[in-house]
Amino acid sequence: MTTSTLPQWFAAAQQEAWETYQSLPTPNRKHETWRFSNLKQLDFDGIQFAATEKLDLEVPADLPAGVICLPLLEALEKHSDLVEKYFMQNAAELGSAKYAALHRAKLTNGLFVYVPANVQVEKPIKVTHTVAGKNTAICPHTLIVTETGAKVSVVDKFVSADEEAGICIAVNDLIAGDNSELNYVAIQDLNEQSRMIQINDTTVSRDARAKAFTLNIGAAWARNEAYSRMIGEGAHSDMLSVGIPYGTQQYDQRTYQHHAVPHTYSDLLYKNTLYANSKSVFSGLILVDAGAHYTDAYQTCRNLMMEDTTEANSMPGLEINADQVKCSHGSTASPINDDEISYLLARGIRPRDARRLIAKGFSAEAYERLKDAELIDIVHDAIEAKFARIV
Amino acid sequence: MSETSVIDQETHDAIDVDRSKGDFSYPENHKFDAGVGLTEATVDYICDVKSDPDWVREFRHKALKTFWDKPNPTHWASKELDEIDFDKIRYYLSDGARPKRSWDDVPDEIKETFERLGVPEQERAFLAGVEAQYDSEAAYSNVKEELEKDGVIFVNSAEGLKEHEEIFRPWFGKVIPTGDNKYSALNSAVFSGGSFIYIPKGLKVKHPLQAYFRINSENFGQFERTLIIADEGSELMYMEGCTAPKFETSTLHSAVVELVAMKGAKIQYVTVQNWSSNVFNLVTKRGIAHEDAEIRWIDCNIGSGLTMKYPGVVMKGERARGEVISIALANTGQSQDTGAKMIHAADNTTSNVVSKSISVGEGRSTYRGQVHIPKHLKGCKNNTECDALLINANSCTDTYPAITVRGNKHVTQHEASVSQVSEDMLYYMQQRGISEGAAMSLAVNGFINDLAQEFPMEYSVELKRLIELEMEGSVG
Repeated sequence: MTTSTLPQWFAAAQQEAWETYQSLPTPNRKHETWRFSNLKQLDFDGIQFAATEKLDLEVPADLPAGVICLPLLEALEKHSDLVEKYFMQNAAELGSAKYAALHRAKLTNGLFVYVPANVQVEKPIKVTHTVAGKNTAICPHTLIVTETGAKVSVVDKFVSADEEAGICIAVNDLIAGDNSELNYVAIQDLNEQSRMIQINDTTVSRDARAKAFTLNIGAAWARNEAYSRMIGEGAHSDMLSVGIPYGTQQYDQRTYQHHAVPHTYSDLLYKNTLYANSKSVFSGLILVDAGAHYTDAYQTCRNLMMEDTTEANSMPGLEINADQVKCSHGSTASPINDDEISYLLARGIRPRDARRLIAKGFSAEAYERLKDAELIDIVHDAIEAKFARIV
Repeated sequence: MSETSVIDQETHDAIDVDRSKGDFSYPENHKFDAGVGLTEATVDYICDVKSDPDWVREFRHKALKTFWDKPNPTHWASKELDEIDFDKIRYYLSDGARPKRSWDDVPDEIKETFERLGVPEQERAFLAGVEAQYDSEAAYSNVKEELEKDGVIFVNSAEGLKEHEEIFRPWFGKVIPTGDNKYSALNSAVFSGGSFIYIPKGLKVKHPLQAYFRINSENFGQFERTLIIADEGSELMYMEGCTAPKFETSTLHSAVVELVAMKGAKIQYVTVQNWSSNVFNLVTKRGIAHEDAEIRWIDCNIGSGLTMKYPGVVMKGERARGEVISIALANTGQSQDTGAKMIHAADNTTSNVVSKSISVGEGRSTYRGQVHIPKHLKGCKNNTECDALLINANSCTDTYPAITVRGNKHVTQHEASVSQVSEDMLYYMQQRGISEGAAMSLAVNGFINDLAQEFPMEYSVELKRLIELEMEGSVG
């Protein structure tokens, strides 16, 4: 696809984004949003951006009429106004504004899903993004919009075509209209030389339910930023994640639960199972705006330390400016409980299997909240594959 | 305040602390005054007046340079810090009186100050010793003879560094290095007053040692320096309480407190802070706990406009224990930014942080914590609990913990909750004839009750006076 076929507004936005990227400073240790981060991973010297990406799109056969499900570049051509209305409307506020600008400037492709009012798509839409070539970067974008009363589930998968060190800078915009249901699952399974930056922005309107789940099993280093804003009463947001790093893998996760109006609900559950010399960083914030009374907001990050060489950093934060609020956060880092192991050993299960079983059960608590058999199976299979790689 | 809130003006008044009770001042009559602003000459002036030894003079000058070089912690701290005008602060004031040994020698007007603070004579007799600080010099100092016989050293820091250099100097500035932060550097440059305590091996001091601090000069920053060393197997409880008169312009209080608990020693450091709301209270407190030692910070912050205080324990020896118990009350115009730092540096060390904050009106209370468990350690445990109570619709609370754990032989957990006084609870009490204001007061006291019990008897009385009675006193 050549630039000439892109709409004027988009070309202008790309130009502006490139200037923004160049003008913003590279994060350093003084930036609170990059505390405990491995800043060396932000060295992008010598990388090249792919002109486009290989996109494998699996659309349910019985897609209802009116639903738009297209590669993003094609949607830009055919539904320019609609894409313009929703595409990257909010600034990345969790530290990666520079890389969000880079993503916009170098967009390689992605997916656009638009579900009109009162249309329900029951089967998940699946898309796979592939990174290929040494020092090559792709910037895939996933834009999902559900109008009033609509429903859709999308699975985004990120993989490598080879064993070269690639880069993936992905952004997803999830816009759940009134009383709609939007489920999003991201599976990051890049090769272990590659780097990933994933920026999520979820907007949940009145009585809508949004679920955003991220599974991290691949990459040398992955940075996830997830921002969920509840803008209508009755909005409900689930933020879920499972990470199973081993070797020297590092997963760096920043989350934000923004309650802007009264009577909204958010629940975050992030679970990491750490092996070998792996490391996790979790920084979460619940922000309850002044006036956003009757907010229920929960944030839990649990780290299961499978070996003595693992490292977990947690910064679970709260900023409460309203009244009649139910908020809590919890963060733990601990090994498997000895009692749990003895219980399984007493039933003739070998120690290694016992530990594996407990670790799998630990992850399951997070992805079972997807409450959709097919989505759960997809995540479960990916997790099984990862555990099979752990010796 | 939301329309549905049950809190009316009466209730609000009921739970508001009557801050005017600290609002009194006496004519100032200072013999030594370093003037406003901070230059090398200010530091020399302080050294001259206090006839500091050369090594202290050198230490102060070096610290002054560090202070100038260091920026305010801009990327995370409150922007209110920028309001401090270092050129308008007096860094040293003294009436020139030598530390007094007997109560009769204490000037009358200072006695009157104590009277109004409510330190009864009987209580003084009961207390092991009173190191009461009026402005920057100790105006009254009384160590019971039996303590002296036991070998306890309880003097002000100026006397400590001169008379007991061999014990003082090896630890001075070692727990909190000058360059730890901008305000520890400032304190190191201009410190005056504060206590030096040494408890000899195996001695368990029965009665708590106590110091009262007063700020009584407008725009006068108080920079106490306290160093407490508990030798092997000894035990000590030290208590520090602050009230301050209300002034028109801001006042800076920036103390440094260093604790050293040798093998098997136990130090409890209790603070009740009730500075008036124009005071910046920027305090650095840290202790080192050696093998089997225990350090507990019991901290209550009710006053000041902005408090930034994160007591820390470095658990340097095996099985050392660190604990921070913290109560904070933030009213309109106040920001209580408090927390804890737990640095595990040996195997099988245990730390515990329990923090409870109450935000009233437009007050903001913040918990900021750090737990650090580095590589190659085993058997470390941390428990952190932060509970926040929001009284009004526009009360605010923040929690910013940071926890680093390396390895799988440790257990850490952090939990925080935010809640309100439930309408059901108030309704239930009102059903039984308790006024709404008194009901709210009871609920607030119930919230902090388990922590309030951690304070020694003398201080629970003071705590009661500061929170409970004053809340109830203004009902109807």
